[in-house]
Amino acid sequence: MAAADTEYRRQQSLPLPGSSSALYNNLSVLRPPVPQPQRFSAVHGNTLSLLSAAAGTGTGLGHRQLPAPQPGPGIGAALITQAAWCVLPSRVLLVLTSQKGIQMYEADGSVLVYWHALDAPEHPPEQAVFARGISAAGEHFICVGTSSGPVLVFDIPPKGTNVTVSEVLEHHGAAVTDIAAEQGQAPDGAGDLVSADDAGSLCVWSTGEGFRLVSRVPACGCTCSSVVLWQGMVAAGFGNGQIRLYDAVSGRLRAQVNAHARWINALDLAPETGKLLSGAEDSFVHVWRLSRSLDTDDVEIHHCHTECVPDTQICGARFCDPEGDSFAVTGYDLSEIFRYSRT
Amino acid sequence: MKGPLPAKTAPPDWLLGYQATAAAVVPAVAMSVRTLPLLFLNLGGEMLYILDQRLRAQSIPGEKARKVMNDIITTMFNKKFMEELFKPQELYSKKALRTVYDRLAHASIMRLNQASMDKLYDLMTMAFKYQVLLCPRPRDILLVTFNHLDAIKDFIYDSPGIMNQVDETFRRLIDTYNCLSDGEFQLIRQTLLIFFQDMHIRVSIFLKDKVQNSNGRFVLPTSGPVPWGTEVPGLIRMFNHDGDEVKRTEFTTPGNYVTPQREGSFGLYGDRVLKLGTNMYSISRPVETHMSGSSKNLASHAKENTVPNPLAKEELNFLARLLGGLEIKNPSGSDTGFRLNLFTTDEEEEHAALTRPEELSYKVINIEATQEPGRREELSCILGQLEAEEPRPESSGKGEELLALMDAL
Repeated sequence: MAAADTEYRRQQSLPLPGSSSALYNNLSVLRPPVPQPQRFSAVHGNTLSLLSAAAGTGTGLGHRQLPAPQPGPGIGAALITQAAWCVLPSRVLLVLTSQKGIQMYEADGSVLVYWHALDAPEHPPEQAVFARGISAAGEHFICVGTSSGPVLVFDIPPKGTNVTVSEVLEHHGAAVTDIAAEQGQAPDGAGDLVSADDAGSLCVWSTGEGFRLVSRVPACGCTCSSVVLWQGMVAAGFGNGQIRLYDAVSGRLRAQVNAHARWINALDLAPETGKLLSGAEDSFVHVWRLSRSLDTDDVEIHHCHTECVPDTQICGARFCDPEGDSFAVTGYDLSEIFRYSRT
Repeated sequence: MKGPLPAKTAPPDWLLGYQATAAAVVPAVAMSVRTLPLLFLNLGGEMLYILDQRLRAQSIPGEKARKVMNDIITTMFNKKFMEELFKPQELYSKKALRTVYDRLAHASIMRLNQASMDKLYDLMTMAFKYQVLLCPRPRDILLVTFNHLDAIKDFIYDSPGIMNQVDETFRRLIDTYNCLSDGEFQLIRQTLLIFFQDMHIRVSIFLKDKVQNSNGRFVLPTSGPVPWGTEVPGLIRMFNHDGDEVKRTEFTTPGNYVTPQREGSFGLYGDRVLKLGTNMYSISRPVETHMSGSSKNLASHAKENTVPNPLAKEELNFLARLLGGLEIKNPSGSDTGFRLNLFTTDEEEEHAALTRPEELSYKVINIEATQEPGRREELSCILGQLEAEEPRPESSGKGEELLALMDAL
């Protein structure tokens, strides 16, 4: 692989109205082919900062801030745990998770479409209660994880606000951390959705009218903070700095990478090329390339590129295009989004 | 485009007609309900390090200094207070917590005025922020806490009763936290990092040690031991369907890491291995006290809690509950009080009080300075004043309103 093929250069950064909090995958990018201005979002405590950037020039066009639910008069708003755009064939929604519940907005954050409150039986509860882990699933579902383990499946109408909970998936015994949909072509029977939890267990699901558990990777005791799914391969980032690849059909381990020196907070995948992006608290961002031969079933992962963001614990990292030619990074306490591009 | 809201799940009032608000982090609610004990004990540990150093630097007679340390430790580890602290609960604002430390620092015959108290709190919070940020694994926050408690036990002078109180808290910590998962510890760490978010006060002991940059951000090393349980980056192993390793490749990173020697002890005693949370002050590295640069000329990066209603009813209840467990003794007739200054001179202290910006601003707190001539005279002068009680500052800050309220409780 020629070096020139993987050379990324720092681009103009985007200023954020508030610094990014230390959360898993605390950067979301609404990227092409969705026909809109490119959008970025990052969580700052109890608000979500939304940025629109003009394609090409990439300068910030404007921003908006969305609040988290306010638990009671006089108390500050609940903390937001994650935010992500969910791209369905018929519509795009911006989903926020917090300690109080799940908010679904239109993609530009202008209109609240749906609100789902989480039950908190005791006050104060013995355990923290929150939602975390957001993904579009299949043709018309959005899945959101919860701190007690269940994954809520929401049925999303093509338009309007008649969102309903169609199913609750009960296979995680620890707080859900991340959920991801297949971004490539799934092999037969491989499932098209993966969820991960605090204890390191992974569940691969087949979506549809009635979700079905395809395979399960048992808990290893080490938190899996981020997960992606591509061509029937699950790539998972762990608290011990490892990236592991699993076969989505069987749940078997196919590759193990000693990738980072500290906790991995972010993974992303470029569906057109199979590039994998990882960001961790060691201040490094790595670009990898996954490959899978459907004939021989060989699974491979190569290291392509390293970027250091000095003195920054990376908490969000996303590709900005489907080929993986550009990516964006956020870090704890940092009031800007760093961008890198192969040009 | 306005869409109707679903009739079945009408959103609560807070969602209707929201307005974009200033980006202030208000962690009135914690992601982890197990955060407060660690926050309180570690900040308290840092406070004791600083007070111990200042008591020596100010040449407070040994008897008095020991009394102050013993009194504060007794109050801090009060059984009822610890019971209240360890209940699962939320975190409140820095201002609310600051009030608790204000009370704690005044649990003995020593008095601190507002400017010194502000500075003490700044130093404590920046030190613990550094420790939370740098601790190798989320679980190592517990080792940081144990380092503080180990050191506190060394501060206790000839009092088995107080020693028992601290050991009791040690056991409580072990019972509560040793069983938590890595994920739960990371949630605690994330909650603490949100609490300390946007605080970029520059501390000269950190600047001098090159662990803090001039912009207030801490330096993250890319060398040295990786956390316990983590492998040094660089190896890729690939397996076939049967789990046999079929290929092994390596990659290089700019980091220069090594394997850790051993894990620190999570027991009542033992080598913690980790140095974060140990006492960084010493005779040769004093807490000193020279403000350099004008805070107002530097751009503020710190967005402190500036919401209109910083001390809500819940916060007051929280404080009342916590402080109810704090037994504050007024100096009795035979004890002569004294005032501790976190600054080199009274003039500096006064200046700091006058120039402290309303929002916590971007400033240097200089913790190193050499002993200055004429200081003994100044100290004996301070000691000669022997006030029974430092009058409460007259400023109209929210903290004072709260203190007044607390007094009325």
